[in-house]
Amino acid sequence: MSETQTLPITLTVNANKVQRFVEPRTLLVHFLREELGLTGTHIGCDTSHCGACTVEIDGQSIKSCTTFAVQANGAAINTVESLAHADGTLHALQEGFRQMHGLQCGFCTPGMLMRAKVLLTENPDPSEAEIRYGISGNLCRCTGYQNIVKAIQFAAAQLNGRTFQEAAE
Amino acid sequence: MIPGPFTYHRPASVEEAIGLMTSLGEESRPLAGGQSLIPMMKLRMAAPEHLIDLAGVAGLKRIDAGPDEIRIGAAVTQAQLIGSALLSERLPILSETALQIADPQVRTLGTIGGNLANGDPGNDMPAVMQCLGAIYVLAGPAGERQVAARDYYLGPYFTALEQGELLVAVRIPAPAAGHGHAYEKLKRKIGDYATAAAAVVLTATDGRIATASIALTNVAPTPIVAEEAARLVIGTSLDAATVKAASAAAKAIADPAADGRGTADYRREMAGVMVARALVKAFGRVKGA
Repeated sequence: MSETQTLPITLTVNANKVQRFVEPRTLLVHFLREELGLTGTHIGCDTSHCGACTVEIDGQSIKSCTTFAVQANGAAINTVESLAHADGTLHALQEGFRQMHGLQCGFCTPGMLMRAKVLLTENPDPSEAEIRYGISGNLCRCTGYQNIVKAIQFAAAQLNGRTFQEAAE
Repeated sequence: MIPGPFTYHRPASVEEAIGLMTSLGEESRPLAGGQSLIPMMKLRMAAPEHLIDLAGVAGLKRIDAGPDEIRIGAAVTQAQLIGSALLSERLPILSETALQIADPQVRTLGTIGGNLANGDPGNDMPAVMQCLGAIYVLAGPAGERQVAARDYYLGPYFTALEQGELLVAVRIPAPAAGHGHAYEKLKRKIGDYATAAAAVVLTATDGRIATASIALTNVAPTPIVAEEAARLVIGTSLDAATVKAASAAAKAIADPAADGRGTADYRREMAGVMVARALVKAFGRVKGA
């Protein structure tokens, strides 16, 4: 190969139009973190197992460590930075993670939040089993899943106009 | 981990993609969902100089259903298979299988064509296609040719696909209405390949099995059809002795390697268990039993 190819891409990230030139081998997670400075999306295992890099693309969940930025050309992407409301108040999921102690170290949290957001869009009132299956592509290695599941149940209840009655573990 | 450098191509048609693969030769690879290829590139176990992204190729994401056949385009994702009302009704084994592949995020991008084409013996859909008697449509410089799923897999990552050819669709003979199906997969965790798995499709009349087809995943260098096991259940009402005999027949043709999922003996034993469970589940679902 003679010289490095760069390609123009245009996409919408957190409702902002973004235009950049990228090397084809640039992974989406590196593009988000290094090119756009959106470091909320984490790199965990870097092998598409752990889900820390999960983002929303055209309404679906993907692992941004296993997608090239050029593949996202033309797409609309949302990262964890888009979750809180413009006035600074927390999204129901963020509030759920806060109230139900859904995080300790917080490393998996951005991926958990973004996966849960799409899960609740697809299935607004999931059972506990459906939540556990829905986040099966996201690994937590310190908090444990009990309170993460409760955090998502809290958010589902709030988004459905109910109050979640259970306490955190 | 960052893949090696490559040149990116985005053809708009199958003809253009094949033209690129033909002119660029062995250093080119098609890219569909990338959920197998990109991890390999990050590990530098694959370093193609040219990637030909199929995302812009028209027509590869279609599901077409006729009375006798269902044709699924190669770029249909696992998530699409799960979400298809048509497939849930007429080919429910596909969503049952897709739900046991990887995890939700990977299924958003991972395609049926990638799962079928690359020849990884751990992939789940190949055995399901062998079970269903499916035919792969391979497009190449000289036009299209058809290869049965049962003839396509020659060894690990070694298939009937020639350089310059692209798997563009899979044609599945529509199973009879009221058929019973099951895909039983033993895995250590979500996202893992099968320790052993079995696909079963059967029909019944008057309480007895009329037709049966069984295939196995990841217990041999390729997916395999368990013909003798299927022959043994036909004509029976699947009593315990028949299940045991079919299970034994499947174990006899399993040839698994020892790996992190267990010893060869254990995985062969589990192939038998998966066949037994899949038979019982499929028979429980069949109309006419």
